Amino acid sequence: MTLQQPALTATAALVRPARRRDRARLFQEIGMLAPAVMLLTIFLVVPFLLSFWTAMTNQPLVPRPTPVRFIGLTNFLRIFKDDLFWTSLWNVSRFTFWVIPVQCGLAFATALLLNQKLPLRNVFRGMFFLPAITSIVVVCVIWGTLFQYPTGPINQVIGFLSGGRIQPIDWLGDPNWAMFSIVLLSAWQAYGFQMIVYLAGLQGIPDELYDAARIDGANAFQRFWHVTMPGLRPTHVFVLVITTIQAFKLYTQVAILTQGGPKSSTETVVHYMVRTGFEEQKLGLASAVSVILFLIVLVIALLQRQLLRRFDV
Amino acid sequence: MSSVTIEQVRKQYGAVPVIYGVSMDIEDGEFVTLVGPSGCGKSTLLRMLAGLEDISGGEIRIGGRVVNDVAPKERDIAMVFQSYALYPHMTVAQNMGFALKLKGQDKATIDRRVREAADILALEPLLDRLPKQLSGGQRQRVAMGRAIVRHPRVFLFDEPLSNLDAKLRVTMRAEIKELHQRLKTTTVYVTHDQIEAMTMADRIVVMRGGKVEQIGAPLELYDRPANTFVATFIGSPAMNLFEGRIADGSFVTNGGVALPLPSDGKGDAASIYGVRPEHLTIAETGVPANVVVVEPTGSETHVLVQIGSAETTLVLRERLHLDPGQPITIAPDPAKIHLFSSEGVRLN
Repeated sequence: MTLQQPALTATAALVRPARRRDRARLFQEIGMLAPAVMLLTIFLVVPFLLSFWTAMTNQPLVPRPTPVRFIGLTNFLRIFKDDLFWTSLWNVSRFTFWVIPVQCGLAFATALLLNQKLPLRNVFRGMFFLPAITSIVVVCVIWGTLFQYPTGPINQVIGFLSGGRIQPIDWLGDPNWAMFSIVLLSAWQAYGFQMIVYLAGLQGIPDELYDAARIDGANAFQRFWHVTMPGLRPTHVFVLVITTIQAFKLYTQVAILTQGGPKSSTETVVHYMVRTGFEEQKLGLASAVSVILFLIVLVIALLQRQLLRRFDV
Repeated sequence: MSSVTIEQVRKQYGAVPVIYGVSMDIEDGEFVTLVGPSGCGKSTLLRMLAGLEDISGGEIRIGGRVVNDVAPKERDIAMVFQSYALYPHMTVAQNMGFALKLKGQDKATIDRRVREAADILALEPLLDRLPKQLSGGQRQRVAMGRAIVRHPRVFLFDEPLSNLDAKLRVTMRAEIKELHQRLKTTTVYVTHDQIEAMTMADRIVVMRGGKVEQIGAPLELYDRPANTFVATFIGSPAMNLFEGRIADGSFVTNGGVALPLPSDGKGDAASIYGVRPEHLTIAETGVPANVVVVEPTGSETHVLVQIGSAETTLVLRERLHLDPGQPITIAPDPAKIHLFSSEGVRLN
């Protein structure tokens, strides 16, 4: 025992500074993480959890003398009985159904084009990305002008090309055309982001795979089908999920251009939620809408992931 | 199988030339290795042979047919890439059969030929796996399987072993050589590893800066390098070179050390004296030297010694005990001495 003692002491002496170093490093790491964690907690996690609670109360926007009451699932039941909610859900589903192929297709096609060895490639990449960094409000003002009825530029071009046979369309005022118009401008404004994601995906496919396919005898279409498309599977999933989530959150374009009209044909879930919360001042009810929207988006994202995992993504 | 002729082939990117009129004849069934340092143009030349790069000038013939403007798929070649380039979403069998599928072969034929190739490369148990489920060596074998399944006239290998660890590289080297002996398909193999080139090739093409430095059998290049570049590139450790001049029946280095001249008596105008490390021995009489570093490898010992102001390497088969700083006397084998002109061209 007496012989082992110095050895033990020496080991302990070695271990102690190491532990002290580890602890110091841990404190350092916590210290660096703390601001981000704190901000995320205050501005993201707490409001997110609070919305679940608020959704089950009769909380108004402006505090009243009467106390806020817990009312269980009453808000949810009230929403489910409201036809306007179902209309907004139908509209946003319609929007998503149309905007995904238009926006992602445009992004994919542009990315394929800009991935070629073209002169001034980087200039074009910047130009095509420009709408994505332009404020949506500015985009809405521009497209609002383009869509003007009956003398807006789009109507004039259509009239000119059809030799006057096609009458001017009230793009934003006709319930049959309003959502289509919103789809068009939304896809144009946002496709730049998906284009960049697709470009990154395309550049991640090794050139040697294309060389191997050329030697194997694949023509341009076969190379696209057997090398590019499988190589982009993870990118497709990402783009699909992101675009779906973005589409379900459609608000600004509608708020600026149509305010949900005409005849509620462009009413969306988020627009419905904002109106309930800030115009009708029913914060509890609006929170319930936000919870429903969150659950819908979550289910869709999980479903898409599961579906695409089957294709070995 | 087919012969390959490369005649005055040039390549330039814009105004920058990278291959300067390279010519060589590769015989039917021959295994030729293109070797050289990074950037020497060996991979570019191989890609031009495959049709993956355009040719700026000259002519390439495969089996007597000029293929300058022929698409890769119509050249009847198969290529194995450095990164294997296996299609990640296809199984091993699908990878191997892809070229045949594109050719419109029926399923039974594809299946039979894939199994034949799999049998040669011991790949049968892996046929249903995806590339990500394979080790590096297995992927390499699949890449070779994909090449042989097509029964091409020429095999092209672009540094196929570079991504493997040292041990596996040795195994795969032997496998590729054995495969060539079995199939006897004309093969062009690019590598920067001179050991790979020496051990596998019937003939080696040494390239530097887009030009051919020497073409010959491995031992011919080793025994009679055409210039100092080939002399130092082929062989490991590299050949020892001394600058100096011939005076009074011996070669006097710039450091004033007198070295014996070769027994053939050629090379009067020599100003570079070369001797391979294994052709230097410790002798009773000779050139005095001091041991600097001793590196035992097991089978041999590499000894770095100082002769005058120059450092020289010896490779000794015997297990001698040498200490750093120890004075020794070394002597070159007079029959194995290489003399070069001041431009580095072989004289003897």
